[in-house]
Order: sequence, then C-alpha cells, then structure tokens
Amino acid sequence: MTSMTPPSAAAPLLEVQHLEVSFPTKTKTLVAVRDVSFTLHRGERLGLVGESGAGKSITGFSILKLISRPGRISNGSILFEGRDLVPLSEQEMRPLRGDRISMIFQDPMMTLNPVLTIGTQMIETLLAHRRLSRREARDQAIETLRAVHIPSPEKRMDQYPHQFSGGMRQRIVIAIALLTRPSLIIADEPTTALDVTIQAEILDLLLELAEHEGMGLLLITHDLAVVSQVTDRVAVMYAGRIVEIGPTEQVVHAPQHPYTQGLLAALPQTHAGEPGTGRLAQIHGIMPSLYNTPPGCAFHPRCPVRIHACSETVPALRPCSQTGTLAACHLVE
Amino acid sequence: MIAFLIRRLLQACIVMGVISLIGFSLRHTVGDPVREMYGMSVSAEVRAEARERLGLNDPIIVQYFRFLKNAVQGDLGNSLFYQKPALEVILSKAPATLELVFTSALLITLLSVPCGIYSAIHPRRLLSRIILGVSTVGVSVPVFFTALMCISLFSITLGWLPSFGRGELTPLFGGAWETGFLTWSGIKHLIMPSFALTSIMLPLFIRLVRAEMMEVLQMDYVKYARAKGLSERRIYWVHAFRNTLLPVITVGGVQLGILIAFTILTETVFNWKGLGGMFKEAVDRGDTSLLVAYMVVVGALFVVVNTVVDVIYGMVNPMVRVVGRK
Amino acid sequence: METLFFILSWTQPTINALAIAALSLFFLWMLGGRFLMPAAWGRFADSHLVYSFRRDAVAKGSLGILLVLLVASFACPWIAPTNPYDPASLDLMMAQTPPAWMEGGEPDQLPAFVLGADDQGRDLLSTMLYGMRVSLVIGIGAVLLQAVLGIAIGLTAGYLGKRVEMLLMRLADVQLSFSTLLVAIFIGAMFRTAFGVASYERLAVPILICIIGLAEWPQYARTVRASVLAEKKKEYVEAARVVGLPAWRIMLRHILPNTLSPVLVISTVQVANAMMTEAGLSFLGFGMPVTQPSLGSLINTGFEYLLSGSWWITIFPGALLVVLILSINLLGDFCRDVMNPRLYKGM
Repeated sequence: MTSMTPPSAAAPLLEVQHLEVSFPTKTKTLVAVRDVSFTLHRGERLGLVGESGAGKSITGFSILKLISRPGRISNGSILFEGRDLVPLSEQEMRPLRGDRISMIFQDPMMTLNPVLTIGTQMIETLLAHRRLSRREARDQAIETLRAVHIPSPEKRMDQYPHQFSGGMRQRIVIAIALLTRPSLIIADEPTTALDVTIQAEILDLLLELAEHEGMGLLLITHDLAVVSQVTDRVAVMYAGRIVEIGPTEQVVHAPQHPYTQGLLAALPQTHAGEPGTGRLAQIHGIMPSLYNTPPGCAFHPRCPVRIHACSETVPALRPCSQTGTLAACHLVE
Repeated sequence: MIAFLIRRLLQACIVMGVISLIGFSLRHTVGDPVREMYGMSVSAEVRAEARERLGLNDPIIVQYFRFLKNAVQGDLGNSLFYQKPALEVILSKAPATLELVFTSALLITLLSVPCGIYSAIHPRRLLSRIILGVSTVGVSVPVFFTALMCISLFSITLGWLPSFGRGELTPLFGGAWETGFLTWSGIKHLIMPSFALTSIMLPLFIRLVRAEMMEVLQMDYVKYARAKGLSERRIYWVHAFRNTLLPVITVGGVQLGILIAFTILTETVFNWKGLGGMFKEAVDRGDTSLLVAYMVVVGALFVVVNTVVDVIYGMVNPMVRVVGRK
Repeated sequence: METLFFILSWTQPTINALAIAALSLFFLWMLGGRFLMPAAWGRFADSHLVYSFRRDAVAKGSLGILLVLLVASFACPWIAPTNPYDPASLDLMMAQTPPAWMEGGEPDQLPAFVLGADDQGRDLLSTMLYGMRVSLVIGIGAVLLQAVLGIAIGLTAGYLGKRVEMLLMRLADVQLSFSTLLVAIFIGAMFRTAFGVASYERLAVPILICIIGLAEWPQYARTVRASVLAEKKKEYVEAARVVGLPAWRIMLRHILPNTLSPVLVISTVQVANAMMTEAGLSFLGFGMPVTQPSLGSLINTGFEYLLSGSWWITIFPGALLVVLILSINLLGDFCRDVMNPRLYKGM
C-alpha cells in the first residue's frame, strides 16, 4: 500500500465544513450528520468508514444534494472546486450531477433501470451534459464500456440490465460514472452487494481508473479492509460525527480513537504482523439510534477506556502528536 | 416470445373451457329448451318427444360436448324472446356497447395517467389532494346514481343533453355496425353514458397509477437517474413512468374488462340499446339461451382482452420478451 | 329443501339481533373497557392506530357519521316516524308528497313526511332508514360470508400450493375478471329459478347475502393467499414444521393470525363494495323487492318519477347511500394508510 501525500498547495477539490444534516419529524428533529468536516484533494482517494446508520451515506448524498425527504442540510458548507453547493437550487445542481460529480450506488441490481437498455442509460447521461449527436454519444459509451473490460460492448449496448451479472452491472455503473470524466466520484458501498470474488476485481478496476483519470474518489464503506486497499486517507464516522481522520496507513496501523481500535480488532485478518489470537474481538453494545444519542462522546457507553469527561463534553477532533491523524477523543494527546 | 404466446393461448383455452362448463350447467339447470321452442302450452307427449329429439335424455357428458361443438361453430342456441339465434342478437347489440366502452376506456386512460402521475410526484400539493378527494368520492357513488344525477341536471334542469337512446346513427360495413360517432346527435347522446361509465373506473385507475408511481419513485434507479443529472421530465416520464406502466397494464386490463359488466347499469339508466340493456331484459324475461350466450361471448371478450394485455405486457417488459426468445 | 327454507327465513332476524348485539358490545367496550379491562384498553389506546386516528380529522369525522348512521338504521323501529313494512302505512293519497319545506309538502304532519313520501305514499325518511338497515345487514352479512369463504380458500391455496392453488386461483381470476356484479346477477338468476320468484322475494335478504358473498370471495382469497405466501417463507413456519405440527395447526395458529391485518383492512372497503353491489342489483330489480326496499331499490323506484319532477324519491336515498359508502371508504383508506399492508394490487 503506497502512501501518497496529497498536493497541499492545490485548491482542494472538495471541502466539507461543519456539515449538519437533519430530518425534521412531527415530534422532533433528528440530526443524522453533525459537524462533519473533511477535505478531498484532486486525485486523492478518501474513505468514509462506519457502521450502517453512522451517517456516511447521508454525507455522500448530501454532496450531490440528493438526501431523501424530509432530510435537509441544516448547517455547514460544501465547497466543490471552490464553489459552495449548499445554497444552489435544483436547476443549478443538475449540471454538476453526473458531469463533474458522479455517483456509484450500492446495489447494481437496483441502480440500473430494468426497462431501459444499457445503451439508453449511458447515452442519456452523455446527452444530458454534452452537446453530442446520438452517434457520437454511442461511440463514447462503447469506448467506456471497453475501458471497464466489458466484452463485445457493441452488442451489450442493446441489452437490458437483467441480462448482466451483478459484477458486470457494477462495471456498467462505473462506466456510466466515468463517461463524463468527472473530477469527483462518490462510491457508496460499491462492492457490498457483490460476491466476495468479484469485490476485489471491482475495487481494482475503480482504483486503476481513478488513478488513470486523476479523479478524486470518495469511497463510502463499512469495510476497513476495503478502505485500506484503495484509499489514501480515511475518515471514521460514528453516530453522525467523524471520530478519527488521517492517512489510511496511520489510521490502520496506529488507530487513536477507541472506536477505530475496536473496528480494527474486529477484522478477521491480523494486521501489522500481530499474531492472530484465533478469536475475533467485538465492540460490545450497539450504536445509539438518532432518537437517543447519549450526551458527551456518543461512543462512551461502549468505550472500554472511558473517563468521567466522556459522558459530559463532546470531544473535538484533535491532532495526535505521534501519528499526525486527528481523533475526537479526550484521551488522545 | 412464441413459447410465451402459446402458453398464454393455452391458458385462454382452459379459461374458456371453464366458462363453457358454467354456461352449460346454467343452461342445463335453469333453462328449458323445450319451453324455448314451443312455449308453455304443449302436451306432455310433444314435450317428451321433443326432449328425445333434442337429445336431452342423453348422458350429461354427451350433451356437454354437443353444446361445446355447437358453441365452437357459433351456435349458442336461440333466444326465447327474439326467436333468433342468440349470437345474432348479441352481434347486433354489440356495437353500441363497444362504442360506449371504448369511449370510456379512452377517457379513463387519458385522464388517469396525468392525474395519477401528478399526484404521485407532488403528493402534498393542493391539486393532488383535490384529485384524491374527488376520486374517493367518485368510488363511493354508485354508477347508476351518477347517471341519474347527470340526467337530473343536464337533461331535466338544463336541457342540454338527451337522456336516453343513441341518437342518429350511421350504418357502417353494410349495416353490420351502426355508429354514433359520426353525427353530432350521436356524440351528444354518448356524452352522459360514457361519463357515467368513466366515473366508476377513473378513481380506481388514478389511485392505481398514483400508488405504482409512488412506489417506483422510491426506487434506487430513480435516485440514480437524479444523480446522473437528468432532467425532471426524463426522470418522470422515461425512468419512472415506464416502470409504472407494467403493473398498470396488468391490473388495468382486467379492470377495463369489468367496464363491460358496468354497462348493464349504465345502459339501463340511459336506455342505451346495447348488450347491457339486453342482458337485463334477458334476465327479466328468463331468456336462458341469451343469458348463456351473453356469458360465453363476454367471457370470450374478457379472455381476449386479458390475453392481449398479457402480450402487450410481454412487449413492454424486457424480461418476458427475452425469456420468451430463448 | 324445507329445512333450508326454514334456516334461511331465520337469517334476517338473527343477523339483525347479531348486529345490534355487536353494536351494543362495541359501545359497552368503548365506555366500560376502560374500567373492566384496563390493560387491554391501555394497549389499544396507545396503539399506532388510535394515535393516528386522534390526529386525523377526516377519519374521526367519518367514524362519527358512520356511527350515527349505524345507530339510526338499527334503531329505526324506534326512531322512524312510521313503519314502512306495515301495509297500513301505504297511502296512495300521499304518494309523491314533496319534502315538508317545499310547496305541496305536509309540514303539519311532522315528523312524518319531512323528506316527503315515495310513490306508494310511505314516509320517505322512514323507508330510507329501514332501507339503510337492509343495505347494511346485507353488506355486513355478505362480507362475513365472503371472509369465511375467502380466508378458507386462500389459506388452503396458499398453504397447499401446486395444483390446488392453480385451480382455486384460476377460478378466482375468472370470477374477478367477470366482475362481482355480473357474477352476482348470474348467481341471482340461478337462485331465482331454483326458489321461484315469490320465495326469492320473501327470502331476499339471506339470498342476497349468499349471492354477494359467493360473488366476492376472490378478493379475500387473493389477499390471504398473498400474505400466506409471504408468511410461509418466514422461519417461524419452517420451525413449526420441523417441530412436527400438523398442517392445519400451522395454518390456523401460526399463519392465519399474521394474515389478519390485510384482511381487516380490506374488510371495511369490502362492506362498502358489497353494499354497492346490493344497490346495483336492487336498482336493476334483481335485489330487494319494493315491499321491503333497500336504498338501491328505492333509487330504482324513484327513477321513474325523476323525469316527472319528483326528484326526492331518488335523490335522498341516493345521497344517503353515498354518504354511508363514503364514510366507510374513508375509514378504509385511513386503515390502509396506517396499517400499510402490502395488499394485492387488484383492488
């Protein structure tokens, strides 16, 4: 795993600052994402890790402003190539979606429209953003299908999604994401719905293409193993907040936050040459729901090393002197 | 596709078999062919002789197959009242009903799709609430009451529209089909009956389209289409509506068939000389042969409609199409 | 045959008694449930259904109207100004009397003839109340019958599967595609020949219950079958089978309770549908006789007089029928939205 230092001089591709997403319900307002800030540079690959319900997908969708109703961005800013997306209208967002920012969804079985051919679904994306003839769009689509290693793409263009396997469909979704050569791809659990054998293939493809095109990649996943394979930096989310963020290698090898430590200990493979104990560790308890987030650090009821302060004040992200990562824990020095 | 077609046809045949069985047993238990031929006032000997000649003493199964053989050749018995072959009577009445049903079906399709889709896309808007409210009321008003209210308002109070009959007709195909579509009077006569008939099915269709569309709008591929930056129009009409169409076609086909049954009520109110009115009179007169013939013909019509609907479904749905091709 | 006659002729009073008993039980429960069974009451009062109900003005309004109509119809012998079933109430001199506030009305005879009189000189309001009772009895009775039939058939089909299922569901399909009205007319025609017109009219209520019940069971069968299929896949059924419970026990004790919520939801709408079918049949003259009119047959008799200007004989019963069915449908919609079961799409 190569550790790449991001080009700090260039203006960041994506800068999320103090993002807060809330869902007003009849009785109270639920806050799904709180005070989330991170930066993604051009060509960089950032992993967003957490359990389901941690708010990572909502963070991803809020960048495209595609949060399902009644959710809305209630605070913060999302600077994409220097421009804040939060105040933009639907009309102003549309040219960005699928053009400058592409998205890869979790389940390729559900993502592609079952009644439209692959060709139609690719060409419509191009035509929505480029002044092209149908012919040219088709040629480009075929070209892209070839790039994601789909055999005989000319023939495949006229087929329907159900005629493809899950892995093939995810390749097509990746191809659609690549069509417009976006500068940012948001991949929401791109391999979760796939067979284990195909997962690696898809990840390699994603990595290869992102590197080749120099695109930024925001990879949302619950799987730390996937993150460590693909990303330069990683942000760990818990109950709507980022609890640790830093270069992947550092976070994986020297996790600072007790939650990250717990996550890593729960991985089946042993890391960094540690001898396997033969038993998987687990984090006791479950993540609190949005209805009853505990006061202070949301992790403290499950935390093995909690101190008194944990149940009272929310720890801010603080740099860790040894590793250079940021962690939101009272114990980090 | 061919395998799919054959399977559908086979199913249609089975259904027709069931219908013929019911029709036969109806005729066997309720009807009295001897009375149909000679009326009530004949002696017992003539009766017995007629029974023997008509084969009514044969085993049931033989009689059934005779009924089936005749039915396939288009002989569904003679109408007691009209003293004509039942099929002939039905064919002469069919155009009136078909024109009525066709107009209503057209109205239903043209109105339900935009209303349903609009209220699915904007569920909270005032217009959507009005559409839904009106359709709930519409479901609750019996078709004959709608018809009566129409007559009371537009014929009696305002005097705008005629309350009964079909108006001036134009013969087509050498008189085999008399259409009301070509004259102003015919169209004026058609307005209220078709409106009444539409009123019974339109609310169901609006709700159906709306429910399906709302379900589809929840799907990932719609969100994905948004994420691709497509226009709203394309998302709604190409991505969502195409998927809404499939279930609407299947359910809609069956429901349109049911329109034919509701013509019985509508035609009675408006004195529309079609199959529905004929059916009501046949029940009143105990004209069993005509009833059975009506049932077989309408049943066949349903089966044809359902089969056509399934084939259309197969053409719209890529999955069936490809499975059939293999 | 005689026994059948005997049983059938008892159906109407029995159903009436049952309906009144059910209604008074309901009130007793509403009033006394709080004190008699506080635990059960509390669970009910805290449920999602009751919570949503309290916040829904339309649902509250329609339940209120429905309760008023129910009470008025079953209490009609006591509250109606006259008894339309009593031949003495027929007074041809009073035929087609307009409503009391119109010219030619009979304001000095109030409360009789508030809404005028029908073509036979019966007080229209009384006739409507009695007619509504007939409509309700038939609607509820038919739904009970179709529920029993449909649940039994749906369970059998869903649980046994294969040939039995194919056969039963094909039958349901054929019957549904013919529409319940048409099937009801056919069955009615058969009954009429079997019983003769005179006894058909005498036994009209139980016969109509049978006809509509037989015509509409497929709705239930389909709904139940759909949820049985969904339930069958779940592990608790598998577990019950592994334990070696007999099939009927699994069906009745394990699957049936889980199919009840959609059954309950369609039941409200089915009562409205059954009443609609009854009205349709009566309007065509295949239903309730004029001596014992339902709302549908009242509309039918009024139809002839509509053209001559006596609109009230038709419009009042029609409006009552619409209000009744509308309130039931609105309640049904409410239940469906709250319980949100995956109903069969065939409506």
